[in-house]
Amino acid sequence: MSFARTDQSLVAQWWWTIDRWTLLALAALIGFGSLLVMAASPAVAERIHAGGIAHPDGLFFVKRYFAVLPLALATLFATSLQSPRMVRRIALVGFVISLILLVYTFVGGVEIKGARRWISLPGLSLQPSEFVKPTFAVVSAWLFAQYRLRENFPGHWIAIALYLLVVGLLIKQPDLGMAVVVSAVWFTQFFLAGMRLYWVAVGMASGVAGLIGAYLTLPHVTSRVDRFLDPASGDSYQVDRSMEAFINGGLWGRGPGEGTVKESLPDAHADFVFAVAGEELGLIVCLVIIALFAFIVLRGFSRLLQETNLFVVLAATGLFVQFGLQAIINMASSLHLMPTKGMTLPFISYGGSSLLSLGLAMGMALALTRRRFGGVEA
Amino acid sequence: MKPGLPERDDNPCRPRHFRPAACAPAPLEGPAKQALETSHTRLIIAGALFCLAFLVIGARLVEVAGFKGGETRLARLHVAERPEVARADIVDRNGVLLATTLDSPSLYADPKLIKDPEAVAQKLAALLPDVGESEIAARLAADRSFVWIKRQLTPSQEFEVNRLGIPGLQFQTEGRRVYPKGNLAAHVVGYADLDGKGLAGIERGFDDILRDRHEPVELSLDVRVQYILRDEIARQVAEFSAIGGMGIVMDVTSGEVVAMVSLPDFDPNTPGSANEETIFDRATLGTYEMGSTFKIFNTAMALDDGIATLSSSYDATNPIRIGRFVIHDDHAQRRWLTVPEIFEYSSNIGSAKMAIEAGTDRQKDFLGRLGLLKAPSFELPEIGAPLVPSPWRPINTMTIAFGHGLSVSPLQMATAVSAVVNGGILRRATLIKRPAGYAPSGQQVLSPRTSEEMRRLLRLVVERGTGKLANAPGYLVGGKTGTAEKVTGGRYERHGLLSSFIGVFPITEPRYLVMVSIDEPQGTRESHGFATGGWVAAPAVGRVVARMAPLMGIPPVDEDSPEIRRSLLVDSLSPQGRKIAAN
Repeated sequence: MSFARTDQSLVAQWWWTIDRWTLLALAALIGFGSLLVMAASPAVAERIHAGGIAHPDGLFFVKRYFAVLPLALATLFATSLQSPRMVRRIALVGFVISLILLVYTFVGGVEIKGARRWISLPGLSLQPSEFVKPTFAVVSAWLFAQYRLRENFPGHWIAIALYLLVVGLLIKQPDLGMAVVVSAVWFTQFFLAGMRLYWVAVGMASGVAGLIGAYLTLPHVTSRVDRFLDPASGDSYQVDRSMEAFINGGLWGRGPGEGTVKESLPDAHADFVFAVAGEELGLIVCLVIIALFAFIVLRGFSRLLQETNLFVVLAATGLFVQFGLQAIINMASSLHLMPTKGMTLPFISYGGSSLLSLGLAMGMALALTRRRFGGVEA
Repeated sequence: MKPGLPERDDNPCRPRHFRPAACAPAPLEGPAKQALETSHTRLIIAGALFCLAFLVIGARLVEVAGFKGGETRLARLHVAERPEVARADIVDRNGVLLATTLDSPSLYADPKLIKDPEAVAQKLAALLPDVGESEIAARLAADRSFVWIKRQLTPSQEFEVNRLGIPGLQFQTEGRRVYPKGNLAAHVVGYADLDGKGLAGIERGFDDILRDRHEPVELSLDVRVQYILRDEIARQVAEFSAIGGMGIVMDVTSGEVVAMVSLPDFDPNTPGSANEETIFDRATLGTYEMGSTFKIFNTAMALDDGIATLSSSYDATNPIRIGRFVIHDDHAQRRWLTVPEIFEYSSNIGSAKMAIEAGTDRQKDFLGRLGLLKAPSFELPEIGAPLVPSPWRPINTMTIAFGHGLSVSPLQMATAVSAVVNGGILRRATLIKRPAGYAPSGQQVLSPRTSEEMRRLLRLVVERGTGKLANAPGYLVGGKTGTAEKVTGGRYERHGLLSSFIGVFPITEPRYLVMVSIDEPQGTRESHGFATGGWVAAPAVGRVVARMAPLMGIPPVDEDSPEIRRSLLVDSLSPQGRKIAAN
């Protein structure tokens, strides 16, 4: 791509002000994602008879991925064109809509694998909680910024109220993984917004208490944690297969499509896609993938260190934390560093809602980290 | 939708070559500045945490995917995948496999993926004959995501099911218990359920051991002898139209059960096809009034306690009448009989008189010492407790003398007779192989001298008495017949017989006991209508001895050699008796 620096068109300005390194890293991730979806998902599709018994379609997930991908890229691009103010508005509107849809899942949702997270639309099923995640981050960033910058504006109280509402709904679904991510993001934002250290300690303690509470009260959490702590106590099949994949892959992997773990892992195209990467692409490429995630997050942070707009700092931090945390949780589960948790690996796992939501989130993050001068009124 | 940026893009300060900070607007003041600084400081903390997390993940990845020890770790994963170790094998004393565990496919379905349960059920039922079509259809129609269709298919069934190509049918590999010898030792080996839980026989008795152990459990059984015993019993059951039969071969020097048969039997590979009758172990769980074989104990008691000697005699001229009971002889000689004659002709009258002379207490004590009054300890869970008369009246003492009124299991019989012939040492019966030459300790229950005398008497029965058909030339079989009338509804049945023979060989130095009992045999033309132990069970024992002795390394001897004749001489027969016996 080449634009003259004097080109004043929207796209040219975008090109010169956007963080092109992050853009490149995202493109690389999407490239790996496309490769792995093609490699991993046919086995899964055939096993679960995606597309129905009558018309078995091994490429079911591949087709859907590449149908959603342009949409996600368009979302990313369109959002990244926006100003911080527009980002805030988009997020607010998006947050309200997705919150309504989230409530609607309890009434008209589709139950998949024991959880009501999806609403069925013609052509696709949508997971509203995926969209709550980034939009809520931006909305609460604005509330925190207002709380710090404006006298007598109870921004933090509103943020706390919204947080309790969102997390309550997520736990009700139940979607504990999402609740954990939303909590971590929200807490980080509050922390950055100058939360007193005393409250930071209280917050961390209650986070730990919350996780222990989940362990004690939610049976599926109990079983997963038990299996993590003591693999012999129950079925550790998935994690064992995952570890086996990494061992089999070795340094250079078996080559794309040559792996076998996808035949036996139920979520090879989503939760355990990193294991497929480990087996087929090898250790080196996996390290590259980790580096890409780390690069995007840390580069985002470093750009924010020069940012003077508190809202932008908080909002973009929230989006990057969400992005990075999801990656960390997914990879750590695959590597048996923590109990398995259904969490997509950003841009690499298959998942329509997840992909669209990531397009939106990274679009907003890119928009917020564009080079601006003089601090933009949020 | 107009982006907010363009206005500012005219900023002359817009850097083309410089870092933006160089021309940042005037620094913020006051609380806003402070808030920003706080956020930047804390952002660095968050960044450091992220950095750390990514490093940990990278390090873990290198650790997991690193090459060293990959193979062993892979192997460990596969072991961990199947936490339950395959159930240990069961083998006979020579290592022949009696029970083992094989991987086998189990068929299950996801009913939600089955479009047409009826059609699928029809196809499956054709391949899996033991599951009904309607049953399969009902399971496939269930509103669930997992139903078993059939556990543990054969490889060819798996192939056929796969060939149907029906989506929604899946296989899971399970350990299947296989009994290569089928019916042969069904009651001893027993069987385990689909989940590998022992339900009968050694499978149940040794369940915990079989679960934990890796080496096979070695039984004392010898499948060759087991085969011979089962073959001969089956032959008698068929020939005499009996309802069943049982038998035991026991090593009298160690208490090891070398063969144990109960017919009818079942195939432990398909325990579902067994019924109450076939699954019942007559050899250990069934208790029976054993009839005249009990005279072995009665005679041994009289000799051991000094009540009688081989030259003592009793009046067997007339039947004994006690109240409504009449005790008479089947082979009535209607004269005084010596102790050897009583044994040889199996005289009930003489035996009853010997028992009366000994008294109830002595009898109780002696039978108790031989372990006939309480359930034996044994490796099988299917153990029958004897039915002991209570109260034990004089009439019981008399009837027990010839084996009525006290029910014991064939296993108890074999154990007790072993003690009588092996020099008087009672050893616990066992199904577990003992090291060669190892004689476990036991209790001396009668004197070696009595034992020696009993051996002579047992040989006499085969040589001249009721057990002639048990003879196996060269192997010096000694033994005792027994024909008991079975009790049905509290009454003795004249034609419901339990016909037994307990043989021991070689009688000069007993090594093996062979016991055969045939349940409710019917007389045939060849047996002249007789269905007694001498006609029904004795021939089977003789044939078992003749077939097994060469296998067990027991050499035949010249039965007429002077040493043997002398060692077996019983010289206290009355002249009259000698004449009759010669007839």
